[in-house]
Amino acid sequence: MTTSNVPLLSVEDLSVDFLSEAEPVRATRSVSFSVEAGETLVVLGESGSGKSVSANAIMGLIDTPPGLIRSGRLCFKGRDLTTMSRAERRELNGRKIAMIFQDPLAHLNPVYSIGWQFAEVFSEHGVAQGREARERSIKILERVGIEDARARIDQYPHQFSGGQRQRIMIGMAIALEPELLIADEPTTALDVSVQAQILELLKSLQQEEGMGMILITHNLEVAASVGDRIVVMNSGEIVEAGGARSVFEHPSHAYTRQLLAALPHAGEADSDNRRGSVSADKPLLVVEGLNKEYVIAPSLFGRSAKVLHAVKDASFAVRVGETVGIVGESGSGKSTVARLLMRLTEPTSGKALLRGRNIFELQGSELQDMRRRVQMVFQDPFGSLNPRMSVFDIIAEPWQIHSDILPRAKWNDRVSELLALVGMNAGHADRYPHQFSGGQRQRIAIARALASDPELLICDEAVSALDVSIQAQVIDLLADLRERLGLSYIFITHDLPIVRHFADRILVMKSGEIVEENDTSSLFVSPRHQYTRMLLSASPKPKWIEAAE
Amino acid sequence: MPRIATAFRLLANDRLALGAGVVLAVIFLLALVGPFFVSDLATRPDLLKRNAPPLVLENGFFHLLGTDTLGRPILARLIVGAQFTLGIATAAVLCSMTIGGFLGLIAGFSDRWYSQVILRLADIIMSFPSLLMALIVLYTLGASLTNVIIVLAITRIPVYLRTTRAEVLELRERMFVSAARSMGASAPRILFRHISPLVVPTLATIAAIDFATVILAESSLSFLGLGIQPPQFTWGAMVAAGRGYLSSAWWVAFWPGLMIVITTLSLNLLSRWARMVADPQQRWRVQSLRR
Repeated sequence: MTTSNVPLLSVEDLSVDFLSEAEPVRATRSVSFSVEAGETLVVLGESGSGKSVSANAIMGLIDTPPGLIRSGRLCFKGRDLTTMSRAERRELNGRKIAMIFQDPLAHLNPVYSIGWQFAEVFSEHGVAQGREARERSIKILERVGIEDARARIDQYPHQFSGGQRQRIMIGMAIALEPELLIADEPTTALDVSVQAQILELLKSLQQEEGMGMILITHNLEVAASVGDRIVVMNSGEIVEAGGARSVFEHPSHAYTRQLLAALPHAGEADSDNRRGSVSADKPLLVVEGLNKEYVIAPSLFGRSAKVLHAVKDASFAVRVGETVGIVGESGSGKSTVARLLMRLTEPTSGKALLRGRNIFELQGSELQDMRRRVQMVFQDPFGSLNPRMSVFDIIAEPWQIHSDILPRAKWNDRVSELLALVGMNAGHADRYPHQFSGGQRQRIAIARALASDPELLICDEAVSALDVSIQAQVIDLLADLRERLGLSYIFITHDLPIVRHFADRILVMKSGEIVEENDTSSLFVSPRHQYTRMLLSASPKPKWIEAAE
Repeated sequence: MPRIATAFRLLANDRLALGAGVVLAVIFLLALVGPFFVSDLATRPDLLKRNAPPLVLENGFFHLLGTDTLGRPILARLIVGAQFTLGIATAAVLCSMTIGGFLGLIAGFSDRWYSQVILRLADIIMSFPSLLMALIVLYTLGASLTNVIIVLAITRIPVYLRTTRAEVLELRERMFVSAARSMGASAPRILFRHISPLVVPTLATIAAIDFATVILAESSLSFLGLGIQPPQFTWGAMVAAGRGYLSSAWWVAFWPGLMIVITTLSLNLLSRWARMVADPQQRWRVQSLRR
């Protein structure tokens, strides 16, 4: 394959537009990069930077219209993909160029077994049938680290964990030994500990097969841990390109420097934090012995009903003006705690005293009063705002529900005020959520939460769906608001570093239990529980450091 | 006012939907004012001209589409029949959509005993032969315009009910519903402010398809002597009357059938357009894209 110095894939001068009623939106602007065999190129950028559009263009996955490829050549081993017939393209896709997506559950068909879906990959491309396809599938499943592959091949996607499903997706992608593998945010939906394993798998596969790989990510640590070369994209343009180490250690473009500075690990010094100042030891919320059990599959004879302990005997307190971080991986029960405190689900047992009154016993007008004083900011700003309501209606909703907060005549002014408070402007009030970016939507959600003058704000993964630079901005905003309005926070996240400069105290949860509770600084310096130590060390290390070790 | 202007602009961008809108407007206008011009042409038999072929102008404009088995001009009858046809179908479809949608909202949102009752009622209506039910209701209550509408509405309720319930089951787990609940929003508020706007486009699409079903169902009721009775008539009844003459005078059944098809097709095209306009992510399809 090393016949000439034609790169495995080269993208030249790619410009893609998305048409709309207003000006066309330029998704990528004269983007050029290339990948050699046996090399990993990382395309790094935040959401809306055009990184996924570039990858989709390579796979021929852009819908036209509304998409429009203005200019550009996409050459795979010297053959231009853009002028190819559909049949030739199909021949390449999957066989020579394969792709892995972010959400493995959405890309595996739930009604077919894994074995069936694997066999389809082989038979669709006429490589193998029946028994042979099955044997090859088992071999690949073992290869990507599915234990006991022979027994599990006939199981269905829902019987595998998120990490295993991503392994299966990777297996399907490499089944036909492609020469180029495109991975679009392959670890974004996974826990940190699983992320480390998947990255390890991708790296070893790439080395053994000598594939070219394009990895698309917004995560700087992931980029550093797998990339040989890096291109950094910002609003459709490549702002910086070069060897991974030099880009990270000597960034030349201002945007790259800004990205690196926004990393929560960046300031290792503990001094420049944004933690609150808890003046008096006044408890705002005291949670005692909180339990939540779910009964799974109650059997007909009442014998083998399984009970899932989502939250096991959790006790903690939040003082006035304090920020408590709850950290844990998926399934640790941290979101259940939030839903219980919001009375979105009812607890099995336990108490939660808000200024001395048990939240779980409130009824009627007292419950409505609690719903004013405790507000929640949800994980997904795309899902937590009703797509058919204007920003004004969204922010004014608490006043419609609780008619005594604010007279209708003042709504306009107050909405403008709140929008200004979260760093947006009054003109945004009559737009709709889909017209805003993720960070802006989360600001709108925060403005809505502040509308009823709460004392306690529960943030459930409130910044997890956002880009790093936006994360930093939102956390800064929350810290500002805490000082100006005297708020207390319960800040729930799976990302330990993110709470480092924000939370006063941190609770670490694992399988429904609080395994460690400590002051933030002590927790980072001397973690007591083994699980906390694992979480702290799970963030990926740069490739060049790992190689040196 | 700017909203109406925008709606017109978006309609103008979708040629098919615009055409459908114009056709529907013409049909409804004719149904409203047409009968005043037709006088008794539509109901007066003229046996000399029975089964006259269409596209012949010598008998006058209203004979353009031919005459039926009693020599009545079909064009005149289409115009006069439109009022009852469209009136019954619109009323029945609106009733079943509103009632079915409302019950579906409740059945999907609440886990209390009454949702079970609603669902079992829907099962009963669906498993009960609709014609038999129509017979019973109309026999006990007597054949009248209102009763026909009630019967037609009831038999179509389950379709809307089940669709709505299925959508609500999904929507109520969405995060913006949790957000509203955590703010203390009441159940009616969540249902009507947050969930309904996302269900209505689906219901509108079903309603458009249902329109034809209801027109034909009404004709089978009239055929049994339970629906609209002569001398009043509907398009469905005209199709039924022409069925026996398909080999000798095809036009007797063809023209009213064509009208039913045109009306339903236009409604479908319009509802497709409305669905795209209502969805922010699909709206670009009806906007004029600028290169």
